[in-house]
Amino acid sequence: MSVDNVAQPGTAAARGYGVPSREPANLGDILERVLDKGIVIAGDIRVNLLDIELLTIKLRLVIASLDTAREVGINWWETDPWLSSGVPNGSSAPGIVDENHRLRERVRQLESRGSGHD
Amino acid sequence: MTESCGVWTYAVTEHADARDFRDVPGVGGGPVRAVAAAALTAVAGTVRLDEYGEAALRRNLEDLDWLAAVARAHHEVIDAVVRRGPTVPMRLATVFSADDSLAAMLAERAVDFRQTLLRVGTRKEWGVKAYPADQRGSATPAAGHGVAAMAGGEPASGGPGGPGTGAAYLRRRRSQLSAAKDASRLAAASIRDVHEKLSRIAAGSRLHAPQAPQLTGGNTPMLLNAAYLLEESAGDTFAAAVAALAGGHPGIRLELTGPWPPYSFTGTDDGGAGGLTGSAP
Repeated sequence: MSVDNVAQPGTAAARGYGVPSREPANLGDILERVLDKGIVIAGDIRVNLLDIELLTIKLRLVIASLDTAREVGINWWETDPWLSSGVPNGSSAPGIVDENHRLRERVRQLESRGSGHD
Repeated sequence: MTESCGVWTYAVTEHADARDFRDVPGVGGGPVRAVAAAALTAVAGTVRLDEYGEAALRRNLEDLDWLAAVARAHHEVIDAVVRRGPTVPMRLATVFSADDSLAAMLAERAVDFRQTLLRVGTRKEWGVKAYPADQRGSATPAAGHGVAAMAGGEPASGGPGGPGTGAAYLRRRRSQLSAAKDASRLAAASIRDVHEKLSRIAAGSRLHAPQAPQLTGGNTPMLLNAAYLLEESAGDTFAAAVAALAGGHPGIRLELTGPWPPYSFTGTDDGGAGGLTGSAP
């Protein structure tokens, strides 16, 4: 029916590469890409981005919570293997499965909360 | 590098010259520079570890305003690098303790980087999202599947039985429900057709998880969240194809974004192929 030509590639191409300046790229689109895509290299400042499934869940959480995070008061990064250097490489790290379950549940809650009202 | 600073890494490329990025502010507002090794260049910047170090990141990534600003800055730099030639973007928060360790990583992973740079080349990424077509004037069910009202349009008004009678109501309700089922089936078929046709035009395609409705500003479910890899010169053709597909599928609404840096096609963690399906060069 319709195409929302958000980035207007023609215009953008004419102006040079990039997301058009008039309308900055949607934050969710950017987060999705910079957090979930791109090459994963472990820098020596250890931010473990190893468990892709966990990261994806986390990303959904970020995105799901953008509007509601403050009122929900979530602090889901606090005790997070994803960001903690103590966790050995690999997804078999103890606790990661539990964390995964916990996050899934959180996502579910947030998503149902969001679709209920707001 | 002093002990209190780290090296935030944006991207790896073969072409970069530090002068290219003089005007692009990096994460935290600092300058962006080039770190070269093994005939590759990492585009990087110095960041303070009290804000971007391990413990600080753990804290700051919770702060959505902070995260938003950093994500945008990271993206802007990558965007500038991609403008100059083939580029592998680094995931957000790839931080090294010093240029030396970044250079060592470049040397160690040089073959991977070069393969990815060669494979993706100067191509860019376009995003296509699909939603159920707008349904103006009908209340969206609270539980969210908005497809309900979109098919069928307005039933011919004043049908047999006339409005207001119980039988007419039931008839109308039944046809609405079956229209909803048809609409949902139709939307699924539309999505398949859109993705198949666009994949055929593109050099690569990736299906991403649909984004949460909250993000997209409403309770309309996202039906498709895909990325397509194309030469930038093919952007107009691609946009025309998307428009044509939208015209052919009235049950869905398509949204096109791009060109993006080829984020979805430069990972090494998803099977090396980086989602280059179709393999048509």
